[in-house]
Amino acid sequence: MDKSYWKIFWNGVIPGNPVFVLLLGICATLGTTSSAMNGLMMGIATAVVLVCSNIVVSLVKDFIPDKVRIPAYIVIIATFVSVLQLAISAWMPALNESLGIFIPLIVVNCILLGRAEAFAGKNNVTASFFDGLGCGVGFILALTLLGAVREFLGVGALFGAKIYPEDYGMLVFVLAPGAFIALGYLIAIVNKIRRV
Amino acid sequence: MKKLASTLPNMLLSLGVIGVVAGALLGGMYAITKDPIAKAEQNQLTASIAEVAPPFNNSPEEDKDTVSIDGKDFIVYPAMENGKLTGAAVLGYNMEGFSGEVAVLCGFDSVGNVIDYRVIRHAETPGLGAKMEEWFHDPTGARSIIGKNPSIESFYVTKDKDKQGSVDAITAATISSRAFLKIIREAFVAYRDYSADKGLNINELK
Repeated sequence: MDKSYWKIFWNGVIPGNPVFVLLLGICATLGTTSSAMNGLMMGIATAVVLVCSNIVVSLVKDFIPDKVRIPAYIVIIATFVSVLQLAISAWMPALNESLGIFIPLIVVNCILLGRAEAFAGKNNVTASFFDGLGCGVGFILALTLLGAVREFLGVGALFGAKIYPEDYGMLVFVLAPGAFIALGYLIAIVNKIRRV
Repeated sequence: MKKLASTLPNMLLSLGVIGVVAGALLGGMYAITKDPIAKAEQNQLTASIAEVAPPFNNSPEEDKDTVSIDGKDFIVYPAMENGKLTGAAVLGYNMEGFSGEVAVLCGFDSVGNVIDYRVIRHAETPGLGAKMEEWFHDPTGARSIIGKNPSIESFYVTKDKDKQGSVDAITAATISSRAFLKIIREAFVAYRDYSADKGLNINELK
């Protein structure tokens, strides 16, 4: 594989991680990471849309006049999200049950618009694909990690598997305030590691 | 290739084309997924009814009936064996949950014992009210409502002393528990009303 593509991919995973470094998509991040499984699912759904929208935006960027590029990107992203939602509720009803309410949130996730605007609108298709993949993987990592921390501290489980009795868990970590606390510490830790 | 200039016709054209393509994609996708989605929802309801109702050989969804309780329509899915009513699954709801609507499908047998229940819709707090899906199955203490009869035991939370409540509320989620038990009580009343002219004689709600 061409080395520069690997670099683009890797940049999205750690050095330019959308959640821990760019602080994009925090709303969806906080809202959906009450458990590791939810975080992982939301991450995967977002990554799929991100890769698709990056490819399409980089394909059509030359046909879109600069002044209307934002509405054009939003329509492209929203279309992918709706198609994904219809597909999931039709063929994966079990997944739809756990993920259903999060999928419409992907539209307003600024990671998608951010990558479309900052990367896919200026680069070719292959590079945009790797950028979408990298950011997608970075987002999955971040959400799963945050979900795992919150689930472990909040209800004493990981991916639904009990580790210690729920009664000793700190419930606040499952609720909104705990999301902020956990995310803050995770950002601090990631920053510390990145600078070593 | 050079970018298109931002002239009015160019902008109109590009946005128009994107809109039409997106619309066509969505329309096509909707047409493809419409039937599978309806089927998936139907299957879920059918599966839930089979889980909470007594054994039946009719089609509860075709024989369903609505009973109005306190201005709300409760749907009764009767379970019949060879034409004889043996119980029912009742879909009830109210808006008294901590975060609004709670809808529960509750199954009763021929004397009104609760067989099982499924929470169909809710928006309760994760870790608190959302526990209702498991809590009232849990045999610990007085949590479970399974096998109990609303005409014999008082289906109120134990905190409601004036009602002699006999069910433990979810820890730190009494409001959600009250909403849940109210649905079960009203579903019981709906079931009793429904079964009265079907040859079953079920005692009144305690």
